[in-house]
Amino acid sequence: MSRTRETTRVPAPLLLPAALAVAFLVLPLVGLLVRTPWSELGAQLAAPGVGEALRLSLVSATLATGLSLLLGVPLAWVLARSRARGRSVLRALVTVPLVLPPVVGGVALFLVFGRQGIVGSWLDDTFGVTLPFTTAAVVIAETFVAMPFLVISVEGALRAADGRFEDVAATLGAGRWTTFRRVTLPLVAPGIAAGAVLCWARALGEFGATITFAGNFPGTTQTMPLAVYLALQRDPDAAIVLSVVLLAVSLATLLLLRDRWLGRAAA
Amino acid sequence: MRWRSGALLVAGLVLGGCGSAAGDAPPGVAEGGPAGPGDPGMTGTLTVLAAASLTDVFADLEEQLEAANPQLEVRFSFAGSSTLAAQVLQGAPADVLATADEAQMARVADAGQVADPAVFAENPLVLVVPAGNPAGIDLPAGGDGVPGLADLLPADLTLAVCAPEVPCGAAAEEVLAASRTPAAPDTYEDDVRAVLTKVVLGEVDAGLVYRSDVRAAGDDVRAFDFRESSAAVNRYPIGVLEGAGNPVAAQAFVDLVRSAEGQQALADAGFSPPS
Repeated sequence: MSRTRETTRVPAPLLLPAALAVAFLVLPLVGLLVRTPWSELGAQLAAPGVGEALRLSLVSATLATGLSLLLGVPLAWVLARSRARGRSVLRALVTVPLVLPPVVGGVALFLVFGRQGIVGSWLDDTFGVTLPFTTAAVVIAETFVAMPFLVISVEGALRAADGRFEDVAATLGAGRWTTFRRVTLPLVAPGIAAGAVLCWARALGEFGATITFAGNFPGTTQTMPLAVYLALQRDPDAAIVLSVVLLAVSLATLLLLRDRWLGRAAA
Repeated sequence: MRWRSGALLVAGLVLGGCGSAAGDAPPGVAEGGPAGPGDPGMTGTLTVLAAASLTDVFADLEEQLEAANPQLEVRFSFAGSSTLAAQVLQGAPADVLATADEAQMARVADAGQVADPAVFAENPLVLVVPAGNPAGIDLPAGGDGVPGLADLLPADLTLAVCAPEVPCGAAAEEVLAASRTPAAPDTYEDDVRAVLTKVVLGEVDAGLVYRSDVRAAGDDVRAFDFRESSAAVNRYPIGVLEGAGNPVAAQAFVDLVRSAEGQQALADAGFSPPS
């Protein structure tokens, strides 16, 4: 991840498409801001359930990101470094949630973790635990949808990282685990941070798998995207306010983290 | 819901006053009988936005209409009524709108996007349980007549209903309040099919859905009528949209739905005729 820091002039043929891309991505946001009933902002924010939904969204997206880091970084290593056969098939399989419509993902989660599901029925019989309609189900749904973003980012970072550092560490007597911990991880830290941010953002916006697998109940499973969607059914203005709040919080968090993580790593 | 119905009545009167009387025509006597399937001249595409609960009936009617008009292609978009109303208000190109409650149709009518919507069916709520019936819900012993919800539901079951923002949820809220059952919903779904899916999958012990949805689920669920359902019967209006690109086919579809044939298909699917 070496990066030239000097300012470079943008080649002319790139300028127009890049500007169009910015317009395409940013204009819908502008549209939201223009339509936002600013005078109602206070009242909408104080409405019961909004703070609850926001808190639940932040907590569950953060937990999902933690879970994704815990499981996804090792998986990325396996995909990038192991010589095992069938790796490309494995890679295709673990990125299925990227192409699966999230609602279908939610149904699939039911079939595994639901009360009648393969794992879920065992959990119910053995421990009396049922996952659907709990906050745990929100975290599971978000992790399912968001983890592939992290895995792909980290795998890319691992492939781009210079393997010779690891070789040197090995020749100096470091074991494989020590090499991973002391050399590989710091080397790909920016990639992991970028992947975690992407994963967190995707988890924060998750809708389909969540409403399917976790249901929608204020306080336990109603995250901001669910609250926005349902508000849209009755009061589009309220939905816009909620969307703007979610956007503001997520943008603020991302900017802050980006400076802290990526800024430090690049310096 | 009460005040909403009132507002709706006013809206209906105003509309009825300035439009033709087509909206008040009783079903099954649309002029010239089932005009749709017989009309050979219909071509192009007909886009129908319809409440999710109409999925199966309208698919049947589509076959009839297309069989009679090989040049015509009928396209459906099924979703929650409030989503559909929002789509029309945002300018979605469509010819016909059929919603599962009058409030959503009134939103569209108030904006002048649909003229003379007419109620073509009614659909009461029923309680459904999965085939396995994990909570052991059954008719109370020795009871006669239709039981109340409180008699059917144990207090500690997992219950799915629609969110109050959508028609089936507004109705569910009313019947639950009327029944004074201690049972409380565990999830508020975004549309009625989502409730049904969770019941079919056995992830909840019971759900409140429209009677028409029970037929769609077949043997996967068992249904119970309950007393309070009459407190909140959903009435389904249909109308041709002002911006219809294919108004002839749109009117033919509306007529077909309101014809004897259409009403039979609706009855077969569990809907009641408009009262």
